[in-house]
Amino acid sequence: MTTACYIAAAIALLATGAVLFSRNTVHGLLYLVVSLFAVAVLFYTIGAPLAAALEIIIYAGAIMVLFIFVVMMLNLGERSEHRERQWLRPRTWFGPAVLSAALLAELIYVIGALPQGTAGSSMGARLVGATTFGPYVLAVELSGILLLAALVGALHLGQQPREEETSSHG
Amino acid sequence: MADLLLSHGLILAVLLFGAGLLVVLSRRNLMYILMGIEIMLNATGLVFVLGGARWGQPDGQVLFILVLTVAAAEVAVGLALVLQMYRQRETIDADAMRELRE
Amino acid sequence: MTVLLALIPALPLAGFAILALAGGVLPRRGIGTVAVGAVLLSALAAAICVIPMLGGGQGVTTVDLWHWVVVPGLKADMALRLDALSAVMIGVITGVGLLIHIYSATFMAEEHGYRRYFAYLNLFTASMLILVLADNLLMLYMGWELVGLCSYLLIGFGYEAPDNGRAARKAFVVTRVGDAAMAVGLFLLVAQFGTLNIAAIMDQAQLQWAAGQPLAIAVTLLLLAGAVGKSAQLPLQTWLPDAMAGPTPVSALIHAATMVTAGVYLIARTHSLYELAPPVQTLVAIIGAATLLLSAFSALAQRDIKRILAYSTISQIGYMFLALGVGAYSAALFHFMTHAFFKALLFLAAGVVIMALDDEHDIFRMGDLRRRLPGAFWGFLAGGASLAALPLITAGFYSKDLILSDAFRSQAGSGWLWAAGVLGAFLTSIYIFRPLFIAFGGEAKTTPQRRATRPELFAIAVLSVLSVIGGLVEIPSALGGYHGFSAFLHATLPAVPVAGETALGEGTLMLISAAVVLAGLGVAWWRFGTGAAVEHDNALLRLWGEGWGFDRVYDLFLVKPYVWLARIDRRDVVDLPYTLIAAAARTLHRGLSATQTGRLRWYAASIAGGAVIIIAIGVL
Repeated sequence: MTTACYIAAAIALLATGAVLFSRNTVHGLLYLVVSLFAVAVLFYTIGAPLAAALEIIIYAGAIMVLFIFVVMMLNLGERSEHRERQWLRPRTWFGPAVLSAALLAELIYVIGALPQGTAGSSMGARLVGATTFGPYVLAVELSGILLLAALVGALHLGQQPREEETSSHG
Repeated sequence: MADLLLSHGLILAVLLFGAGLLVVLSRRNLMYILMGIEIMLNATGLVFVLGGARWGQPDGQVLFILVLTVAAAEVAVGLALVLQMYRQRETIDADAMRELRE
Repeated sequence: MTVLLALIPALPLAGFAILALAGGVLPRRGIGTVAVGAVLLSALAAAICVIPMLGGGQGVTTVDLWHWVVVPGLKADMALRLDALSAVMIGVITGVGLLIHIYSATFMAEEHGYRRYFAYLNLFTASMLILVLADNLLMLYMGWELVGLCSYLLIGFGYEAPDNGRAARKAFVVTRVGDAAMAVGLFLLVAQFGTLNIAAIMDQAQLQWAAGQPLAIAVTLLLLAGAVGKSAQLPLQTWLPDAMAGPTPVSALIHAATMVTAGVYLIARTHSLYELAPPVQTLVAIIGAATLLLSAFSALAQRDIKRILAYSTISQIGYMFLALGVGAYSAALFHFMTHAFFKALLFLAAGVVIMALDDEHDIFRMGDLRRRLPGAFWGFLAGGASLAALPLITAGFYSKDLILSDAFRSQAGSGWLWAAGVLGAFLTSIYIFRPLFIAFGGEAKTTPQRRATRPELFAIAVLSVLSVIGGLVEIPSALGGYHGFSAFLHATLPAVPVAGETALGEGTLMLISAAVVLAGLGVAWWRFGTGAAVEHDNALLRLWGEGWGFDRVYDLFLVKPYVWLARIDRRDVVDLPYTLIAAAARTLHRGLSATQTGRLRWYAASIAGGAVIIIAIGVL
C-alpha cells in the first residue's frame, strides 16, 4: 500500500508538470484529469474512500468536463498551438519559478517542524455523512447558497449580448 | 492502510500548490490560468484530507467536500466570464485586459 | 480729560476694526458714515483737549494706558502725552484728515474696494495719532511702522495694476532703510539710558552728554536717517514721486499733510539731542536746503500734475528741515501747518480735475478748466498762491517768510542757507503757476465728464479758507507782530537763538522774499500764461524730470547687484531639504504607479510575493 501511495504521488506530480508545459489546451486538460485520478488513488490509500470517489465524480467528472465544453465552444483552432509556443518562453516562467520555489522552500521548512506519523483507519461514507450533517450542517447550507449564487451569476454572465437598439444592460 | 508520513504528504501538497501557482503566473491563456487555480484548490483539499487521516477523524473529508463545492462554483462563474470575454474581444489572452492600469 | 485723550487715537482704530470685521454687511453710506464719524469724533475730542491749552500753551497731560514691555533693561508703557507740540499735530491730523475723509466719501464712491479703502484710511489716522501722542520712543516707533504699513497698503490700493504694487514696494523698502537706522539709534539710546521715555531721555542727555559727544552724534545721525526716509529727503526721496500711483486723497493725506511730516515731528520732539550734536543739526539744515533746491528743479520739468505736487512736497519739507536745522522749531511747525492746508488743497483740487477728465494726469492735455471746473480752479488757485507764498494774502507767505528770516538771523543759520531758501521760493512760484496757467488757462483740450460733488467742494472750500487766513496766527513784527503760534509752542520748544544784529533786518528780508515770489509769478506768466503752452524737451529738463537721476544710480549700484546675488543663490543648500522632499514624493509616485499595470498575472504574482514575505517574517 505504501508504495502505491508514493507511485500515485509521483504520477500526480508528473502530470501536473505536463500541464505546465503543454501547448494544446485539451492536452493540458487531460493531463490535469490524470493528475486528479492520481490524487484520488492517494486518497483511497490513506483511508478516505469517500474523498477519492468524490474527487473523481465531481472534480474530474464535472468540473474538468465543463472546461472541455468551453474549450470546444471557443474553437480556437490551429493558431492556438503556435501562439502558446510563442507565449511560453523561458523568460516568461523564470520569474514565477523563482517565486514559487521561494514559497515552496518556506513551506517545506515549516513542514519539517511538524510532528510525524499517520493513523491507519479507514473512514467510510457513513461516518463522513454523519459528520457533515452533524456539526457542519451550517457549512452545508452556506455552500448551497454559494452554489445558487454561482448558478445565477454564471447564467447572467454567459448570456449572449442583446442586439436591441436600446438595451439597459447586456 | 498505508503508512504515509504526514510530512511527506504535505510536501506533495505543497509541491502541487507550487506547480499550480507556476501555471497561473506564467501562462497567458485564460483557460490555463483557470486550470492552475484548480490545481491549487486540489492541493488544498489534499492537505485537508491528509490532516483528517492523520488524526483519524472524518472532518478532513467533510472540509474537502466544501472545498470541492467552492471550486465548482468558482469554475462555473470563471468559465462564464471567459466566454463573455471571448465574445467581446475575440481573444483569451490575459494580458489583453489592461484597462485598470494607472 | 484722560479718557478723551485716549479716545483720540482709539476712535479711528475702532473705526478700522468695525470696517475690517463687520464692514461687509454695511452699505456704501454706512461705511462712509463709520469712517467719517470716527474721525469726526476724534477731531471733536482733540478740540476739547486742545482748546483749554490755547490760553498759555501750558499743561502737559499724560495718560498711562498699560505696561507694555517690562524686561530687565527696558520698561516701556503705552502712554500718551499731550503738550503744545503734539496738540498742533493732532489738530492738523484730525482736522485735515476729517476733510479728506469727507472728500473721499464721494471721490472713491465708484471704487470696488470702498470698504478696504476706508478701513486703511482710518487705520492710518489712528497710527499717525499714536505716533504723535506717544510718550516714549518705542510707542512712537510702533506708530512709525504702522503708518509705513498703511502707506504701503494705500499706495498699492489698486493692486490689480502691477505698477501700483511696485510703487508701494518701493516706498516701503526705501523708508525701511531709514527705519532700520532709526531702530539702531533706539538701541543705542536704550543701552545708554535704560529707558525710551522721551522726557526722561532729554533730561538725562542734557545731564550726561557734553555738546558734540560722539554718542550724541551717532544717535542723532541715526534718528535723522529715519526722519529722512519717512519725510522723503535726500538721499531717500526717490519713493515719493512714484507713490503718486495711489488714489489722490491718499496722496493728499499721507504724502502731503501727515506721514511725510513725521520726520519733522521726530526731530522737533527730540530737539534736545540735536542741540547736543551741533554738526548733525547743521547737517539737517544742509539736507533741507539741498533737497528743497533739487526737487524744485525737478518739479519744473514734470508733466504729470500729481508728480509736480509730489516734488513740491519734497521741497517744502526741505524748508521744514532747514528751519529745524537752524533751531527755528516754531517756524518749522508753522510751515508744517500751513503746508498741510495748501498741499492737501492742491491735491484735492487736482483730484477733481483728474477724475473729471477720466483719469488724465498730463497737464499738457488739459486746458481752460478755469471755466469748466470752477471749484477746482479756485481751490488750486488758493493752494497754489499759498504754496508760492504770495505776499500778505496767503498763509504760506507768513510761514515761509518766518523760515527765511530765521534762517538768516539765527545763530546756527547762515546767509547761504537763506539764499538757498530764496532761490527755492523763486522756483516754487514758477513751478506752481506753470500748471495753473497751462491746465486752467489756455484753450480747452478735453471736456470734463464729471463735476465735483458737494462733499468734495466742501473740503476744498474749507481748505481754501484755511490756506488764506491760516497764517494770521503768527504775524512778523514788521507787520504788526502777533506771535500767538510761537507763544503756544514756546512751552515745549525753545525759541530761535537770534544772533543779535544782522546785516539785513526783518523788513528787508520780507521785501526780498516778496519780490522774488512776484518775479516768479511774472516769469511763469511770461512763459506759460500767454497763448498756447509750449512743451520743451532738452537734456537738462530730462535730467530734472527724472529727479536728477537718483533712481538710476540706486538701481545700478544697489538694486542690480542685490538681484544678481539673489539670482545666483537661487538653489543653495538651504533649499535642499524642500526640493528633496518634493523629489522624493515624485519618485515614490512614479514607483507606485508602475505597479499598476493592469495585468492579471502581475497582480497574482504580487499576491504570491506578499505571501512569501509574510511567511518569511513568521518563520524567520
